Amino acid sequence: MQLALFIIFGALALGGALNLLLQRHPIHSALSLVVVMMSLAVLYWSLGAEFLAAAQVIVYSGAIMVLFVFVIMLLNAGTEQRTRGSRAAYAVGIPGAAAIFCLLSFVFLSERGALKSSNIGGDLSSATDNIAEVSAMLFTKQLLPFEVTSILILVAILGAVVLARKEQ
Amino acid sequence: MVPTAYYLILAAMLFSIGIAAFLIKRNVITIFISIELMLNAVNLTFVAFAHMWHQVSGQIFVFFVMVVAAAEAAVGLAIIISIYRTRQTLNVDEIDLMKS
Repeated sequence: MQLALFIIFGALALGGALNLLLQRHPIHSALSLVVVMMSLAVLYWSLGAEFLAAAQVIVYSGAIMVLFVFVIMLLNAGTEQRTRGSRAAYAVGIPGAAAIFCLLSFVFLSERGALKSSNIGGDLSSATDNIAEVSAMLFTKQLLPFEVTSILILVAILGAVVLARKEQ
Repeated sequence: MVPTAYYLILAAMLFSIGIAAFLIKRNVITIFISIELMLNAVNLTFVAFAHMWHQVSGQIFVFFVMVVAAAEAAVGLAIIISIYRTRQTLNVDEIDLMKS
């Protein structure tokens, strides 16, 4: 059951990511990223992180991607054209990414014995559910970082307003 | 039963595609989108390890990454709007001077 879920939504995420790479228009890339995020939300749910699955849908594919699509449409961004820089980037980007992927998968596969396998659903601790556990951690041990993030959001809002304002 | 290594390899694939898109794409907005893809790949490894060790700390990490990504997207897109206002272009090859 979980293997089928993993294969279906892992393939969907991978296909969305490849489509992001291959499309030339920014709006197509943004919409493929929405596909990646939604399938990652399903994978989070299958790993027992129900709160993060909901937050992924609401915050990432809801708020952040709406912001991206909004800016793409506001700036009327068109298809990107090939330039001299893009040929150099192809020569560096594809081998570099392949090298990093080979390195990472070599490490993961060689340490495979130490990594266990996972069952579907939350078994963080069977006594409490995931949201109770996350919120207990967030509002007791991690209370100071949690409050600091609210200040970070406030600063980000002010910074966005100041930067995007029309200069006199 | 899915081995944790599979999740990690899926995350590695997404991360390398993000790196390739970051290097290849010439549009500022698409480059920004590929940064979000890399952040998502890292979040997947955090959740997979949190599940493997039966610890909730990894999920707390992902929560903070999401908050920082939201703040970063707001500020970054504001910067992109102000770049477009002064340069009238989104191509990174043409945005290579601090002041012009």
